[in-house]
Amino acid sequence: MSAPEVKAPQPGRCSWPAVASVQGIEGYLGEILGDALLATEVHVREATAIVGRERLAWVMETLRADPVLRMEQLIDICGVDYPDRAERFEVVYQLLSMRANLRLRVKVTTDARTPVPSLTALWPVAGWYERETWDCYGVLFDGNPDLRRILTDYGFEGHPFRKDFPLTGHVELRYSEEHKRVVYEPVKLAQDFRSFDFLSPWEGTDYVLPGDEKAGELAKEHKRA
Amino acid sequence: MLERAGVAWTKDDMTDLLPAKDGNAIENYMINFGPQHPAAHGVLRLVMELDGEIIERCDPHIGLLHRGTEKLIEYKTYLQALPYMDRLDYVSPMCMEHSYVLAIEKLAAIEVPLRAKYIRTMFAEITRILNHILNVTTHAMDVGAMTPILWLFEEREKLMEFYERVSGARFHAAYFRPGGVHQDLPDGLLEDILAWCDGFPKVLGEMQGLVADNRIFKQRNADIGVIPAADAVAWGFTGPCIRASGIPWDLRKAQPYDAYHLVDFDVIVGKDGDCYARFMVRMEEMRQSLRIIRQCVNDMPEGPHTTLDRKVAPPSRAEMKRSMEALIHHFKLYTEGMRVPAGDAYVATESPKGEFGIYLVADGTNKPWRCHVRATGMAHLQAMDFLCKGHMLADAPAILGSLDIVFGEVDR
Repeated sequence: MSAPEVKAPQPGRCSWPAVASVQGIEGYLGEILGDALLATEVHVREATAIVGRERLAWVMETLRADPVLRMEQLIDICGVDYPDRAERFEVVYQLLSMRANLRLRVKVTTDARTPVPSLTALWPVAGWYERETWDCYGVLFDGNPDLRRILTDYGFEGHPFRKDFPLTGHVELRYSEEHKRVVYEPVKLAQDFRSFDFLSPWEGTDYVLPGDEKAGELAKEHKRA
Repeated sequence: MLERAGVAWTKDDMTDLLPAKDGNAIENYMINFGPQHPAAHGVLRLVMELDGEIIERCDPHIGLLHRGTEKLIEYKTYLQALPYMDRLDYVSPMCMEHSYVLAIEKLAAIEVPLRAKYIRTMFAEITRILNHILNVTTHAMDVGAMTPILWLFEEREKLMEFYERVSGARFHAAYFRPGGVHQDLPDGLLEDILAWCDGFPKVLGEMQGLVADNRIFKQRNADIGVIPAADAVAWGFTGPCIRASGIPWDLRKAQPYDAYHLVDFDVIVGKDGDCYARFMVRMEEMRQSLRIIRQCVNDMPEGPHTTLDRKVAPPSRAEMKRSMEALIHHFKLYTEGMRVPAGDAYVATESPKGEFGIYLVADGTNKPWRCHVRATGMAHLQAMDFLCKGHMLADAPAILGSLDIVFGEVDR
C-alpha cells in the first residue's frame, strides 16, 4: 500500500479556509477501509466517506490510527433528515487531523429504529453530540451510556429537527397565575404560519396564498373554459 | 439552592471517615448550581454531587436557551438566516457570521475582493478582543477581582462603537455578507481604530498587573481544572483551551481564511492546561489581535467592499436609481434571494472561543436544507465533569469561567 501525497493548503484567491488535501483520497480510503466503505464523495474539495453503519466504530478506529490521515479529533456529529429516502436519517461525523491538517467527513444512514454504534468509547466528546442527535432527530445510538435529551425541555415529546415536525411546535408554555406554576398548552397562533416560496417571483407559487383561495378557483374555471 | 438528597445526617463531624453506624447510610449531597447563578455565565444548571466540599460528579444540564436556530434557518433564505448567527455567541457576533458566510461562499464559489477580506479579518480580530475582554474580566470577577471588569468594559464600549459605525448596531451587526461586507468603512474609522490600538495595551497591561501576579488570583486558578493535551484532544477542545494545554493549533494559521495568510502573528501556547494558562493565553491573544488589526489597517487596499456579482450582492442605492437591471437584481435578491448549488460543506473558523463550524447542506434552492452549528462551547462544557472531579465546589466557577462558555452558542 503506497502512502498518498498530502498537499499543503494553498491560501490565496479563496476566502474560505484553505485545508490540506490528500491526492487520490478516494482510492486511499478504499484501500484502508475495504468493504466497510460504501461510497466516497468529493465536493468543493471536501472528502466524504459513506460507510456501513455496523462497521462505524471500526472505521473510526482505523481512520484515527491511519499513519497518513491521523484523524485524532472528532469535531462534530450531526443528523440530517431526508424524509423521501428509505433510510431517512444521515448521521454526519466531522473528523479533524491536527498533525496532518486534514478534514474528513464520515456519513452513515439509518432510520428511526435502527441504532447507530456509539463512539463514546473512542472519543468521550461523542457523548453529548450523540445525545443532541437523538434529541433532535430521534436517531438511536447503541452503546451511549447516557442517551438523555439534551437541548429540549424536560419531558419534551417528539424530535423537533425532523422535517415533519412543525416549525411552531405543538405546545407553548406560560406562567399560570391560577396554578402558580408554568403550564403547557397547545400552540395557539394569532395568525397562520406562512412560509412563502420565493423561488420564482415572476411565475407565482405552486400553493394557494391564504385568503387567495377564490383566485385559484377562478383561474381553474378560466382554464376549463 | 441547596437541597439535601441523602437521608443520613449525624452531628458527628467524623462520620465521613467512619463506617456508617446505626444502619444509617452516608450519602453525598446533590446540589443545583444554577440555572440562575451569577457565575454560571447565563442559564446553566449544574447538578453536582458533593462529598463535603469536593465535587464527585458534575452533570451540566444545557438547553435552557435553546431556540431551534438550526430549524429556523431551514425556513429562511440564506440572507435572512444571517442575523441568527449574531444571536448564537452574542459576545462575538461577527465571528459567528464569519463561518456562515464563508460556507456559502465555498458552496457557491463566490470570489471576494481583497478589501472585503481585510475588513472581515480586522473585524474578526476586533471581535476577538471584545470576547476576550468579557471573558478574562468576568473570569477575574468570578474569583473575586472586581476592578478588571470596570476598567476593561470601557474599552469594550469603544470597540462596540466601531461596530456601530460600520453596521449601525452595537451587537447584532449582520455586517459580514456572502461576497464581502454590507457597507464600506465610514471615513475616519481606520484612523480611530489605529488610535485605539495605541491606547489599549496600556489599559491591558494595567489590568494584567492587577490580577496576573495576585496571590489570591493565582491560588484560585493555578493547577485548577488541568486538562492534559491528550485529554484535550479527546474531549474535542479547540481554540485557547487546547492551546493552553500546549498544542499549537490555530485555524487562522493552519487553515487560513480571508486575509489571515497575509498578516503576521504568533500562536500563543500555554503549558499547564489549567485555568491560569487559559487566562494567560487569552491575555496574550489580545495583544496578537492588536498586531493583526494594525496590519489590516495599514495594508488595506482600496476597492469594492463586496463582490460585484449581482446574483450575490445587491447593487448600490445610487446605481438602482439609474439602472433598470440593478433594480431587478435588487428585487430578485431580496425576494428570491441567492441560490446555492446543491452539495454540502463544513467550514470552520477560529472564533474567539475555538473552532466554530457550520455544516451547510444546500439543495439548490434559495433556502438551506440543513445548517448545523458546531458550537465550540458544547465540547468544552461537556468536559466539566472531567475538569471538576476532585476539585472544591468553589473551583467550579473558576473552571467554568476559564472555559469561556456562552449559552447562546451552546444551546443554539
